[in-house]
Amino acid sequence: MFSYRKLAGLMFALVCAALGATSYAQTQKYGPVSHISGMGRTATPTEIAAWDIDVRPDFKGLPKGAGSVVQGEKIWEAQCASCHGAFAESNQVFFTLVGYTNKKDVEVGRVASLQLTSDVPYRTMTMKLSTVSTLWDYINRAMPWTAPKSLKPDEVFAVTAYLLNLANVVPDDFVLTDKNIAEVQKLIPNRNGMTTKHAMWPGTEFGGMNGLKAKPDTQGSNCMRDCPVDPKVVSSIPAYAMNAHGNLAEQNRLIGGVRGLDTSKPKTDIVAVEDAPKAIPNKAISKIKTSEIGPILQKNTCTACHAVAAKVMGPAFKEVAKKYASRSDAANYLAGKIKSGGAGVWGSIPMPPMNISDAESKKIAQWLSQGSVD
Amino acid sequence: MFSTSLRKAPEGFLTQADIKHISKGRRDLFSGAFKTALSGMALASLPSLAKDDPNIVELPAHSKGLGQGVATNPYGVPSQYEKNIQRRESPGLTQVTQAGVSFCPLQSLFGIVTPSGLHFERHHQGWWDIDPTKHRLMINGSDEKMLKRPMVFTMDELLRMPSMTRTHFIECGANSGMEWGNVAVPTVQYTHGMLSCSEFTGVPLRALLELCGVDFKRAKFVLAEGADGSSMTRTIPLSLIQNDEVLVAYGQNGEMLRPENGYPLRLVVPGVQGVSWVKYLRRIEVGDMPYATKDEVIGYADLMKDGLHRQYTSIQEVKSVITSPSGGQVLLQKGFCNISGVAWSGRGAIKRVEVSVDGGRNWRVARLQTPVMSKCLTRFQIDWSWSGDASLLMSRAVDETGHIQPTYAQNRAVRGSRGIYHNNSIQTWLVEQSGEVKNVQLS
Repeated sequence: MFSYRKLAGLMFALVCAALGATSYAQTQKYGPVSHISGMGRTATPTEIAAWDIDVRPDFKGLPKGAGSVVQGEKIWEAQCASCHGAFAESNQVFFTLVGYTNKKDVEVGRVASLQLTSDVPYRTMTMKLSTVSTLWDYINRAMPWTAPKSLKPDEVFAVTAYLLNLANVVPDDFVLTDKNIAEVQKLIPNRNGMTTKHAMWPGTEFGGMNGLKAKPDTQGSNCMRDCPVDPKVVSSIPAYAMNAHGNLAEQNRLIGGVRGLDTSKPKTDIVAVEDAPKAIPNKAISKIKTSEIGPILQKNTCTACHAVAAKVMGPAFKEVAKKYASRSDAANYLAGKIKSGGAGVWGSIPMPPMNISDAESKKIAQWLSQGSVD
Repeated sequence: MFSTSLRKAPEGFLTQADIKHISKGRRDLFSGAFKTALSGMALASLPSLAKDDPNIVELPAHSKGLGQGVATNPYGVPSQYEKNIQRRESPGLTQVTQAGVSFCPLQSLFGIVTPSGLHFERHHQGWWDIDPTKHRLMINGSDEKMLKRPMVFTMDELLRMPSMTRTHFIECGANSGMEWGNVAVPTVQYTHGMLSCSEFTGVPLRALLELCGVDFKRAKFVLAEGADGSSMTRTIPLSLIQNDEVLVAYGQNGEMLRPENGYPLRLVVPGVQGVSWVKYLRRIEVGDMPYATKDEVIGYADLMKDGLHRQYTSIQEVKSVITSPSGGQVLLQKGFCNISGVAWSGRGAIKRVEVSVDGGRNWRVARLQTPVMSKCLTRFQIDWSWSGDASLLMSRAVDETGHIQPTYAQNRAVRGSRGIYHNNSIQTWLVEQSGEVKNVQLS
């Protein structure tokens, strides 16, 4: 007998088969573990204590201890300020830690400078921080930068206290402890600034809004023909910035239907191809003398870490010149390096990005790329 | 040794003037070839050469000499002519390389698998090459009753267990993040290059949790922790672990993970942003509440228009990008052009990709390369005949849940433009009349 239910079942099977043809589900099965033996051993309490260092928002995992703002300032100056600035204001190496929160934020638990109307130049750590456990945990596990996990619990309490003091959350004479940290949580400027009401958590743990089946908050159009759009280019890369990532011709394959755009030279669109000027040979550029470059090095504090012939904090200029003598793009590379800083090329001491004009960084780079600096 | 008499292909050294010559059909080697090449490509109109090609008539050294022996390179390396294909940094994005990013050269890749040496990098406190004989994985609970026994596994044991192998994309939550406000970078390497796709091999985390006797009724979240300086931590939902999606992986594209990608052990969390795929995985803690780690509070939280941050946003939503032709490239000639790109979704398999060459007025359905796999890159291609007019190239992906990739306007209407993370907007490339391709955003 004909059955609509059977038909529906058949249709479903056909649809599944059709889907299977185009979409290969990676659904290999992994059986139960009952047949697997002899894998692993029990972790000892000492081993767990050595690695289980995380601190949760409810402060589970927080060790006993105490540290004052005053102690924190001392540790800060010795171990943290070189990267983050004396008042955690620096964005030279990492993004700025403290700033742009106020008393009202501490009262209400929402940071006003995160609003759309705000005109702060960047967002700081204390603007975003919603749980003080996060701050304690990360200082403890990852700081200082070159010697993570070297601070004792009391020192982590002290550094945390100092940062919260800089953000005007706790007073100058405050001592942060495992006992009062839950009270401090109630003063964190952005403590009410987080929401989990969204469809981007891949589970159901936060309630109905979440999960892979939840409806996303955005949806594109399915229009295929004569769609009601009026495409106007509103943003593009200015011509002068096309070479900011280096010569794009050298970042593409040498064969195929496309090539990389040669961005090393100014655009020559207005020059007739036949009349294109010949490249000026390098020899035609007059050599820059060390005496000429000296005042520029002084003015930009380069000489605090570099000397012409001797290694100080950083490599000798002579060594830099030697290293890049054969590199054709040395002047461009070094000009960029002076401005962006770097680490690892000459050892572990990082060079901070230098606040220097383009013209001067180029001149120094040109001097270095001559192959010798005499 | 390669003979110095080997002449490099002149195509590799095209100047802008050369390209102009080519696109105008004036290159000396050819005689008016490209004007005729435009029309239908009938046999009669095939380009003919004014003189014989020396690459054919003068036999090259490699046809007249003895080549190199086996195992000259015990671990093979790409051709010397492929040196341009490298992962690169975006200048000024980060100030220290140990907490920096290098981008995958998507513009030059084929298919869906990323060569391991070109896999994008994101480190939080520098990378290490860890001795696998000394690496351990510990699993414990946030309290003593969360599991029957906290355990330690060696790499020997993990490799002895039955394994699973699956292919998945990994995308940094901040991929395309520089472009939320406006166009900022020139090529697809920098707009979308915090994306890679590999075949991963490992053990389902669920199996290890069972060996530990986890109380699956109480457990809701898992903390994954790395062994590097930052000891990177992230919260993972247990529901995703229980269906065997989450792997404790040691294999990548048939060999061990590369050190830059977490050797000897990393978490694989399909569909979820790369930061959760904790590298140098040393510890799993099973718990009953989320952990609010540094990169769940200070980073990887999405600032909305009302000043609230969305926390624990993890899924990488439906997205696609045309990789060729793409920003910073030059089309050498008019006529046939194979548009090619990749599409992916953290919610499942790609169902369809549509391509527009007129800024979104009209769309055509692209061909998908099979197999199309869940939470994996899918390669798409579509034929196009470039007339030489300015064109706006876009691709739009649809996943199996029916989620359609939004435009910048659609995304910004909901999420604003101040975010850093989860930018899955439709990418537009402007092909100028000169053949130059530019990264642009439309109104």
